[in-house]
Amino acid sequence: MEAFPLELCVNGTMHRLEVEHRKTLADTIRENCGLTGTHVGCEHGVCGACTVLVDGAPVRSCLMFAHQAAGAEIRTVESLAGADTLHILQTAFIEHHALQCGFCTPGFLMLVVGAFERDPDIAGEELIELLSSNLCRCTGYQNIIKAVRSVATDLAAR
Amino acid sequence: MKPAPFRLHRPASVEEAVTLLSDVAEEGGLILAGGQSLVPMMALRVVYPPDLVDINAIKGLDRVVADGGRLTIGATARHAFFHRPVTTNRLGELLAAVSRYIAHYPIRLRGTFCGSLAHADPASEWCLVAATLGCGIVLAGKGGRRRTLPARDYLRGAMTTAREADEMLIEAHCPLLPEGATFGFYEFNRRAGDFALGMCLTTFAVVDGVMTGVRVGLGGIENSPRRLAAVEALLEGRAPSAAVFRQAAAAADDGLDPMEDPATGADYRRGLAPVVIRRALQFASDKAAAKV
Repeated sequence: MEAFPLELCVNGTMHRLEVEHRKTLADTIRENCGLTGTHVGCEHGVCGACTVLVDGAPVRSCLMFAHQAAGAEIRTVESLAGADTLHILQTAFIEHHALQCGFCTPGFLMLVVGAFERDPDIAGEELIELLSSNLCRCTGYQNIIKAVRSVATDLAAR
Repeated sequence: MKPAPFRLHRPASVEEAVTLLSDVAEEGGLILAGGQSLVPMMALRVVYPPDLVDINAIKGLDRVVADGGRLTIGATARHAFFHRPVTTNRLGELLAAVSRYIAHYPIRLRGTFCGSLAHADPASEWCLVAATLGCGIVLAGKGGRRRTLPARDYLRGAMTTAREADEMLIEAHCPLLPEGATFGFYEFNRRAGDFALGMCLTTFAVVDGVMTGVRVGLGGIENSPRRLAAVEALLEGRAPSAAVFRQAAAAADDGLDPMEDPATGADYRRGLAPVVIRRALQFASDKAAAKV
């Protein structure tokens, strides 16, 4: 199948690629850009493991084709930590034991970071509803909720 | 779980999109809007269109404007755009309440109002809104061809509409609610974000203690949402009360043709119908009484 040229801006770096039209943004980020922090779980939009930010919006990258993201700013989990410091949400996940196997974690982190950038006042039931977007089969969600609540004020202020 | 190969087209205008569509529709080419239903179906190889006409790059197609007694909703207006009321008319509040039941937050940031109408899933909240409020659906074809269909003529069944393969749904017109109108929405599903097993939307005004302009729409139960004339007739001109709601909701059973699926039998949905109707009516009535 024919691949077409594509310029993809991921975490501030422009990647010049040759990609098939049918290739999803998730697979392109992993295989063509070499950024394997974005995980691919269900491949049909149910699990949320592949959540990345496209122009600030947390979206399922398995439900977008890479060519649709031409000209957009994409941010993945690799953009969160600094050289020596974790993002406050990553630290909160560790402190509250909000992950066990960790497969879903990149998706949850990008979901929450993106959602708070758009809607800083997310709280209460709305926060629970937000966290129900993604699947985690280890934690039972309680520790994820605790971790996010512990930094909600700081996230809103960023 | 990878879509079959296809050609992706990214037109910059509606005319370009419908011209492209007319070239590829016969072979099974489709419009791609938010892609939150179409792309999973492609991943599962339920559909494998040889061409996709992606309308996301068309500027201005996401506009939502209240004017002339109606809300015009452009083809790429996302579900999440309705999270906060888009108009001070009560319709804004209605759409905000309903939008929260659609899938999950990231899906709502990509999926579109008009895409839901084009897909016409029986469990689509926006199809229920269109059927209940009497939305107009605007279809565009090549060469400036346009036609507007009322929702009741447009919706033809599960994933079936009056849209021709070479037509693009370019906007929906949603009538503003009359002065003093209240609304109630109730949806039942097993988990947050799941497809509705049953849902009801109702609007009416309470004038001199009695209900007027009553609309009751039922979704998720039959293969297409529709207004329930028999239920509406039992409510019109009556004072709202739990007893009246119960009596009216029972009338939904006559002529009801519930869907069944491996997890949920037709009898279950039949039993659910009066429950969601009663709860939506009570919600609307409480809202009217509280004057909020």
